[in-house]
Parts: sequence; C-alpha cells; structure tokens
Amino acid sequence: MAEQEKILEIKNLVFTFKTYGGEVKAVRDVSFDVRQGEVLGIVGESGCGKSVTAQCILRLNPEPPGFFEGGEILYKGQDILKMDNKAIRKIRGREIGFVFQDPMTSLNPTMRVGAQIEEVFLGRTDVTKAEVKERALEIMKLVGISDVEKRYKQYPHELSGGMKQRVMIAIALVSKPSVIICDEPTTSLDVTIEAQILELLLELREKLGTSIIMITHDLGVIAKICDRVVVMYGGKIVEKGTADEIYYETSHPYTRGLMTSIARLDTNRGDKLTPIEGTPPDLFSPPVGCPFAARCDYCMDVCNQYPPEQYMLSDEHMTVCWLQHEMAPDTEFRRTKGEAK
Amino acid sequence: MTKYVIKRVIAAILTLWALVTIVFFLVRLMPGQPFTSPKLPPQVAQNLMKYYGFDKPLIVQYLQYMGNLLHGDFGFSMKYTNKTVNYIIGQTFPFSADLGIRALCLAISFGLVLGILAARKRGTKIDFFCVIIAIVGTSIPDFIMGALLQYFFGIKWGLLPVAQYKGFEYTILPATALAFYTLASVSRIMRASMLEVTSQDYIKTARSKGLSELRITAKHQIRNAIMPVMTMLGPTVAAVLTGTFVIEAIFAIPGMGKYYVQSVNDNDYSMILGMTLFYGVFLVTANLIVDILYGFADPRVRIGRK
Amino acid sequence: MTELNKDMFVIKGKNIEKMETISRPSLSFWQDAWRRLRKNRAAFVGLCILGVYVLLAIFAPILSKYSFSAMSVADQHAAPSLQHWFGCDSVGRDQWVRTWMGARVSLSIGLFSATINMCVGAVIGGLCGFYGGKLDMIVMRIVDILYGIPSLIITMLVMLVLGKGVAPLIIAMCIVGWIGTCRFVRGEVYRLKEQDFVLAAKVLGVSDFAIIMKHIIPNIVGMLVTNLCMNIPHAIFQEAFLSYIGLGIAPPNCSWGILAKEGIAYLRVHPHEVAIPAAIICTTMLALNLLGDGLRDAVDPKLRGTE
Repeated sequence: MAEQEKILEIKNLVFTFKTYGGEVKAVRDVSFDVRQGEVLGIVGESGCGKSVTAQCILRLNPEPPGFFEGGEILYKGQDILKMDNKAIRKIRGREIGFVFQDPMTSLNPTMRVGAQIEEVFLGRTDVTKAEVKERALEIMKLVGISDVEKRYKQYPHELSGGMKQRVMIAIALVSKPSVIICDEPTTSLDVTIEAQILELLLELREKLGTSIIMITHDLGVIAKICDRVVVMYGGKIVEKGTADEIYYETSHPYTRGLMTSIARLDTNRGDKLTPIEGTPPDLFSPPVGCPFAARCDYCMDVCNQYPPEQYMLSDEHMTVCWLQHEMAPDTEFRRTKGEAK
Repeated sequence: MTKYVIKRVIAAILTLWALVTIVFFLVRLMPGQPFTSPKLPPQVAQNLMKYYGFDKPLIVQYLQYMGNLLHGDFGFSMKYTNKTVNYIIGQTFPFSADLGIRALCLAISFGLVLGILAARKRGTKIDFFCVIIAIVGTSIPDFIMGALLQYFFGIKWGLLPVAQYKGFEYTILPATALAFYTLASVSRIMRASMLEVTSQDYIKTARSKGLSELRITAKHQIRNAIMPVMTMLGPTVAAVLTGTFVIEAIFAIPGMGKYYVQSVNDNDYSMILGMTLFYGVFLVTANLIVDILYGFADPRVRIGRK
Repeated sequence: MTELNKDMFVIKGKNIEKMETISRPSLSFWQDAWRRLRKNRAAFVGLCILGVYVLLAIFAPILSKYSFSAMSVADQHAAPSLQHWFGCDSVGRDQWVRTWMGARVSLSIGLFSATINMCVGAVIGGLCGFYGGKLDMIVMRIVDILYGIPSLIITMLVMLVLGKGVAPLIIAMCIVGWIGTCRFVRGEVYRLKEQDFVLAAKVLGVSDFAIIMKHIIPNIVGMLVTNLCMNIPHAIFQEAFLSYIGLGIAPPNCSWGILAKEGIAYLRVHPHEVAIPAAIICTTMLALNLLGDGLRDAVDPKLRGTE
C-alpha cells in the first residue's frame, strides 16, 4: 500500500476511569494512525475499549472520572491532549465528525432536524445563514434523505431509525471534516438499512475524500468496507494490518477466534461455529501477561507472566503474541522467524 | 395536538364532575342535620334548606346542586346573612391571586436559575450552596417561614411592613415566605433533571459538533430539562394557592385564605364548602392549562407519534 | 528478556476457571445500598436526628413531672429555665412535654398515613400493572380523574365531615393519598413485566406468584422505601397545615402544627414559643429529606457500583 499522508496519529494512549472499586484501565497503550481517505476498522467485543479510544480522539469521555495517563493524539501534527477547550471545539465537528451508536437517543428531541445539522456551523463567520441552510439541505440529499425540505422542519421522533442515523451522519459530514468516526453506526439498525448506510459511507468517502474510522464488533462490516483493521482486546491492540492481512494471514488466536465464531459464505452446512469461551478480562485488575491468555487455546506459561512483544510481519501487519517468538512452537500463526520489533 | 387538547379537556371535565359529586355526598354525610347550628338565623337556615333542596329526593337535589354550580353559584354563608360565597370570593380573591402570582413568578424564576446554576457548577461551592437552599427550603413549612421573615425583617430590624397589603413593600415578605418552599423544590427538580439530561447521548452529539458549553446548556440541556418541571407546575400552583391560607393569616392580608381560616373557626360549613369547591375548580382549570401548555412545549406531544 | 526459556513456550491451552474468578467484590442489592447510604454523611446525620427525636417522643413525656395538659397561671409564657426546659405556653403548660407529645402525634400521623398510602397504592398499582386488562383500565380511569383533584382539597373536605382528631386526620389523608404511589407502582410494574428477564421466567413456567415475589418486588422495593421516606414529611406538612388552619387535632391534644400556630400568635413578645417548635419541625423535615435523598441515591440501580 502506498504511503499516504497520516492525518491522525495515536501514540501510546492510556486512558483510565476512576470508580469506587479502583481504576478501570479502559485503554492501555494503544497506538495506530489514520491516513488520508482510508477506512480504518477498529474491531473487538464489548468492553474492549474501542469506543473509549474513539471518544478520546475528540475528548468526549467525561473527565473526570476519566483521565489521560499518557500518550499523544496528533491531528495534523498537533497534540489534541494538550489543547485547551476552545481549540478542541474547533476540531470537533469541523475537522473530525462523530457518528454515535444509537440514533434513537443521539438526537435532541426538542430541536428540528435542520437546526441540529446547522448547529455545526454555529459561531463561524465564514459562512452566511443562507449558505448554511443550503449546505444542510445539500448534505441531507447526499446522505439519502428524501423530501429534504420537509424533513428539514421535522423533529427526530417523526423519523425512522435509519433516517435518524442518516441525520447523524449528515451532522458529522456537513462541514466536510477530514475524518469521521463511526461508533458502531449500524448496530441498532436492521440489516437492510445497515447495508445502505455502509454503501453510503463508502460513497461519501469517494465524493468527499474523508477518512473514516469504523468501530464495530462485526467482522462482516469490516470486510465490506475497511482498508486497514485494528483488533482490540482488553484495552490493548492485539493485531493490526490491512484487511487482507487480517483475514488471510491471521496471526493472533483472538482474531482467529472472532472469525470462527461467525458464519461465512464458505462455512459448510453442518459445520459448527466455535464461539470464544469465557469472558473478557476484568479491567479493574488487568492480567500481567497477555490479556487473552486465559481464553487462548495456545496459551503458554510465558503468556501469563509477561506481556507479549510486538512483531512486525509486514509493513502494515503487526501482532502482539508470544507465538511469534523464536522459541515458540510452530503453529498456523507463525509468520516470522521471530524477531521482535 | 387537537386530539391531545380534547382528551385533556374531557379529563378535566370528568375531574370537576367527580369533585362536585364528592362534595355533594360529603354534605349529606355530615353529622346530624346539616343546618341546625344554634347560631344560624332561622331565615338563613330556611334559605339553605331551599338552596340545597333537602326536602326533595336525592337525585333532584343532586341535579339542582349541579345546576347551581353551572351558573357559577357557589352558595351562601350561614354566618353572614345574605352574603354569598360568590360575593366573598369577589371581594377577597383578587388579593390572593395577586399574592399567589407574585410568589409563583418569584419561585419559578429563582428556582430555575438556582437549579441550572447548581447543575452547571456541579460539585463546586455554588452547587453546594444551591443544594443547601433546596434542602433547607423544602424543610421549612411556609407558616414558619412567614413567622421567621415577619419576626426578623419586620419586628426586629423594622425593614419592611409586617402586616396588611397596601403597596409593593407590603408584598415582599408574604410573597417571599409563600415562594420559598416552591422555589426550593423547583430548583431541586431542575437540578436533578439537568443532571439527568447531561448524561444523555444527544448532549454528547452536541459536544461532538464543537458547540460551546454555554450553547449546550442553553439550547440542549435547559430545553429538555424543563419538561419535568412543567409537569409539576400544576401541583405547584396548588401548593402556592393553599399556602396563601396561612400566609394571609400571618400577614393579615384580606385575601380568601384568611377568610377561609376564619370560616373554619366559625364553623361556617356552607361557606367552607363553597370556597373549597371554588379552589378545586380553580386548580383543576389551572392544571388543564398547564397540561395544554406542556403539549405545546414538547414537540413529541404537539406533533404526535406515528 | 534473559529470563525467557524454552520451557515457557509449551502450549498449555486455555484456563477458563482462572478467567472466571471475579476480582471485583460482589455486593447484593441491599449491601450495596447500605454501603452507599452509610457513606452518605448527610443521610446518616438525618437518620441519627430522627432516632433521637423518636426516643424523646417515647420517653420525654413519661419521664417529666409535668403533664402536657396541666395549666399553671404562675407559669404563663415562662421563658426556658431549669424547671421548664422549653418554657411554658400562654396558659402555663410545659412546652418540653408538649413538644414531645406533639412529636408523638405528628410523627405517628406521618408514619401511619405514609405507610397506609404506600401499602394500598402498591397493592392496587401492582395488581393493575401486572394483570392489566379491564380491571387496570377501569381503575386507572378513576385514578386519573381523582389525581386531578388537589389532595389537600379532599383532605379538608373529609376533615369537615369527620371532625377533628388523629384518626380522622389519618383517614382523610389516606382517602386520596395512595393515588400517587399507585400510579408510580403501576408504571414500574408495567415496565418491569415487559422486561426480558420476566419473559424468560414466564417461558420457564414460573408461576405468577413466584414472578411477583422474585422478580417484580425486589426490583421496586428500593423505590418504594424511598417513596415512603419522601411521603412522611409530606404528611407531617399536611398535618401542620391543617392544624394551623384549624382542621387538624382538637385541643388540648397537640401536634407540632398546633404548637407553631399557638406560638405565632405571641411572636412579638415571646418569640421562643414559636422558635422551639419551628426548629424541631424544620430539623425533622431536614432529617427526613436528607435520609430520603440518601435512600433514593442508594437504591437507584443506575448509580449502583459508583461512588
């Protein structure tokens, strides 16, 4: 893959919530980057820290109880974590848009749809009121809302779920941001609507050149639209690479587990799907070694004692698993001679 | 919306009918013959017997009673010959209404401001101060508040007049005393409601649009948080209005409440009944108005669900 | 990484048991509620104040040498002193004893009427919510209509019919007082029975009775207790108000409302006669409010497990 411009770089991000039972380490040392015009998928099961990571980028997590323990989030070279509120506000909506998981509750019930879209332009002097309305109507058409003049004046409760999610996407896109973050945008919608929304996102990327961060637990969604994928588990990245690498050269038992737990086109009739047994680790007291160790069929003693090292398998493909170590037995996951990064 | 209004109006009419019916049968339930008080001049007793139609069958009495009420006739006084309840209401209600409206405005405006401020500055000294006001305010019955204000501001420091109702400075103490409890509960509910709204997803959406905190509070939080406060406006009106009873007595204001208490002490039954009924009708109507206003304020009600 | 050796790289497979050990302390609903309530200093102070007042209401009148109704001309309007700790009223009755006799009346009216209202409201609301159907429709229509009438109006009317006294007061407050609880319980039960865990229980063939006992009641009992705690001050307020306007307790019995009323008459010359009952009413209300708030926060499932 050609080297594209990195728009967003997340380096060694650590984000923690303080609660009565102690600190929940929701994001533990996560690093990845987002490039111009690509679709980056972040995949993992519930509670793996993917949403928290995404919300960190716009600092949408409540602080307190949450706080950054370390790391950097560079947007076009500037560290978001060092910005004051005013500077962050200029990034939100304008530079980076956010589409939330649940369109039913994410729109203000007492405001008209049009006004909610136009709000993104609030406080900007470079556009007139008429232009703002024009942009809003244009974006509504673009995201596939029919009869825009009428919808513009309606309230959220008059729209269907899919329509509401389109409005959410319109809000995120209206000011033509460089990045939009979609936090499970299709989870609460039914499958036909899901397909439409995904199509729409890809189309919009073509038209607007926006980078998309797609957060999901659904590998199907990832396969359909993502260029590169980050697999998260227990607040950490366990594997990342291009979509092809993740699918065809899977090099982490957790990623494999995710794939064998869903039905695919090549799943034969009578084949059993194998779920990953057990539950994710409790992030109140994360395990010392590999977070996946307890559920891993290939668990070794070293996995419980030391956090695994990062292994670069190609330019893009990285995995965090002791199975890549030179001393490890040969398994289907082995892709290297075992030199750590 | 029309459907909503019609539904509310029908409910209000039914409520009024229930109220009137309850009052009618309670009068029959009163111990002994109703109008046998020795204080009662015989002529008045006769008038009353005729008015309530005690010599006729129950159903006729009931219809007659309803008829009287439909004409807006609330009955006679047993004590003051030839004074009707309507006359007394006409004489005294303006004072009560004036006091009540002042207190309501005071309570709602200050209550909302305090509640919003507390929620915005959550966990700070301002929040602590507002919460203290809210808790203390809901712990002091209005007659005690009235006595306290009267004692300190009127008697001890001589800043404001302690009794009667003859001008703006006369209204300050009673209106404050009357408003305080409601002010406290409005601020409490507003604070809780604001905090509830703060954790809603659409606030996060608003934040993700890059809006300023001020804009988020003004346009997104307050508008949604005020709904629960609106639903309690009806009971609030009731609380303020009944509060006037004691406040008027304490500050010697010639309003309806003072008269009501006097009637109770005089055992002027028909007067009490008439006035109670008037209060009931007034409050049911106030509730109806609040309900309809609520409908207009909430687009989900105004436009209706699919 | 010198400590790595070949032995550590032998595949052992997964270890589910280890994973399933839960490292977080697990608390039952009431343990968690109690933990949060105790942490809430204001609520705890409220509980202590109430405890002291209840003890005083029980024992103070028994232990004092004065009777609450005995008058004494010499002691009219006596200021607080060693003989009369709270002074005396306009006819020379000992205020200390009267205050705690009043506490008996006021507190028991608050407690009884709130409890009766809660029980009646919970049963009717619960039945309507759980079984729904025609019964629910009829009862709810009636309740909606009655709900529109300010409860104080009904209470005042009933007091006129029944006459003054503690029992009439409680009855009058209960005639419409249950409606609020009924609506709230019905709403909760209705919401709960639609929840998946109740459906799951039904599918498994659990009887209605068991569902109510195991799934519905434990889920609303916390809110009910809070509701009760919030309704007590309301009832005490109403009693004080009714006594104040002359529809409450009959003399020579007294309640806090009556004490305050009598005191206010002498506000200019003997402020202590209103100050003491006022202070006690206010602190009781404060204590109940603090406790109620604390309870509400303690049993709120949304706040479970948080600070």
